[in-house]
Amino acid sequence: MTKVYVPRDMAALAVGAKRVLAAIEKEAAARGEQIEIIRNGSRGLLWLEPLVEVETPAGRVGYGNVKPSDVPSLFDAGFLKGGAHPLSIGKVEEHPYWAKQTRVTFERVGIIDPVNLDDYVAHGGGQGLAKAFEIGPAKVIEEVTKSGLRGRGGAGFPAGIKWKTVADAPADRRYVVTNADEGDSGTFADRMVMEGDPFVLIEGMTICGYAIGASKGFIYLRAEYPQCAEVLTEALTAARAAGWLGENVRGSGFYFDIELRIGAGAYVCGEETSLLESLEGHRGIVRAKPPLPAHVGFMGRPTVVNNVLTLATAPAILAKGGEYYASFGVGRSRGTMPLQIAGNVKFGGLYETPFGLTLGEIVNDIGGGTLSGRPARAVQCGGPLGAYVPPSLFDTPFDYEAFQKHDSLIGHGGLVVFDDTVDMAQMARFGMEFCAIESCGKCTPCRIGSTRGVETIDRIVEGVDVEANIELLSDLCHTMKFGSLCALGGFAPYPVESALRHYPEDFRKATLPAAAE
Amino acid sequence: MSGAVPWNEARAQEIIDAHLGLEGPALPILHAIQEEFGYVPEAAVPQIAQSLNISRAEMHGVVSFYHDFRRAPAGRHVLKLCRAESCQSMGSEKIAREFLERLKLEWGGTTNDGSLTVEAVYCLGLCAHSPGALFDGEPIGRVDGDLLDELASEAQKA
Repeated sequence: MTKVYVPRDMAALAVGAKRVLAAIEKEAAARGEQIEIIRNGSRGLLWLEPLVEVETPAGRVGYGNVKPSDVPSLFDAGFLKGGAHPLSIGKVEEHPYWAKQTRVTFERVGIIDPVNLDDYVAHGGGQGLAKAFEIGPAKVIEEVTKSGLRGRGGAGFPAGIKWKTVADAPADRRYVVTNADEGDSGTFADRMVMEGDPFVLIEGMTICGYAIGASKGFIYLRAEYPQCAEVLTEALTAARAAGWLGENVRGSGFYFDIELRIGAGAYVCGEETSLLESLEGHRGIVRAKPPLPAHVGFMGRPTVVNNVLTLATAPAILAKGGEYYASFGVGRSRGTMPLQIAGNVKFGGLYETPFGLTLGEIVNDIGGGTLSGRPARAVQCGGPLGAYVPPSLFDTPFDYEAFQKHDSLIGHGGLVVFDDTVDMAQMARFGMEFCAIESCGKCTPCRIGSTRGVETIDRIVEGVDVEANIELLSDLCHTMKFGSLCALGGFAPYPVESALRHYPEDFRKATLPAAAE
Repeated sequence: MSGAVPWNEARAQEIIDAHLGLEGPALPILHAIQEEFGYVPEAAVPQIAQSLNISRAEMHGVVSFYHDFRRAPAGRHVLKLCRAESCQSMGSEKIAREFLERLKLEWGGTTNDGSLTVEAVYCLGLCAHSPGALFDGEPIGRVDGDLLDELASEAQKA
């Protein structure tokens, strides 16, 4: 029976994958064709979604941007045998966007049936956990440390050190918590890995639990991803049924289980201490650090809180060795980063590659420039708390340290492209407004500063005491950066300051002669 | 939303009791209550507080902290429009503003016939297909004014 792949990834669904699936099933039935539908994740060539693939003896052939109305002509063209059609992109694995990637964390995403454990194992799944059981907890932490893997949520803290801290903390019980509260605009890598290869996260959490001596894990998933919750629920059920979770994981004698929890629309809960408060059933108010969650975390117990990508990378590190992973990347940014290319961009998608490409290569060569066809004017890197980077800095290599040098951050690897119609004063205002909406309210710089920031930018835009108010805004940013309790208030100034620095003219429109009008 | 049942204290207690074995059960309880009744009724707050052995004020604090817990029923359909940066780069603010003007609504408002509630959301992870939206939980990419009008009239019909 011919295998036909129609993604169940949320982005594919958003552009009609479900209707395409119905059309394919209907057409196949009408023509008496025997097909087996597989609902895979997305390959990450998102601008081509819905990307329907057909398995042929020569490899998987893809058809991009399929609409329900295209389906009869696809059958006419013999697409079940990989036949030629205007929508054909040929063999997906030969497509340059795919072929040039280095897929480690995402090696199975888009390829396998995400909720079929046999498929997972057939594609190398489970080897990392088997290795972990073979070498024991201490060596697991050693491998993760050796790999140079840093927290992919944004802060970039070395994962191995965090795991060791928790393992060494005396306690009656410990926890593994996956931070799947991926709230940064322009990011969707967590969602894609959970929808496309949920077992890799389950395996990664199990490896972490084994290494640190935890028997319970939580996935704290944001409520904005309902389809992702469905996939995870199916995967957790399948994992339990097959003995990958619960008593005696895979015959090792190790007990571990995972509970899925859904957030409730608070961006600040992506901050680890706020997340823990929320998980415990409180308001998502940030805790002061220290104590670190590694010492006093969920229910007061030592807890590893790691981003989805961090934990989902652990199985590959164990299976292939820490040195293999560390062989990619530059400087202290080791391994690969799943870039998420988004916003006003032609070829938006997920592109996993070693650290070190320049921003210009990512935006122009891989992303193909803006979708509108107008010149790119700004790229926001690292979500709503990340800086706006102008084309004059497009030669900056994509790694933690190089970005820090320009007062920017790579965060969770999201890149949002804006064309030249963007008003950077308005984007700066939004940065402050968003911080005001999402502030947990615990510390004054964030709670009050963000609102004062909106008001000050409004006065600047209106042309009231422009230079004095810009100075006031800079001072306010400084206070928020150094006086806030967590990254929300502490990083909200980055987009504002970068807009002031690189696009000063946008803040002075009211005082400049209206020559451009 | 459709499918919600009227408030029923005994049913609420069943829902609460079913979650009491969890570590930190407050959010799962609130989600389940909202799933059942379409919102978190005022009467549920002291009831949950008592079951969790916390004060009514503390429970109120939890319910009111999170954007997603409704204090009143929504319209029959809910449209969440993304307002985050990626969607803004594709003109979402203008599209949303004009749509809300056509419906004579503010963010979070419900049409007079009770058919549609329009809410702001900050990122749906559909950033390669901005602007993004969720209509009754179904994702939609490349949103424009015509598409939103279609959804509004679809909402009126059912």
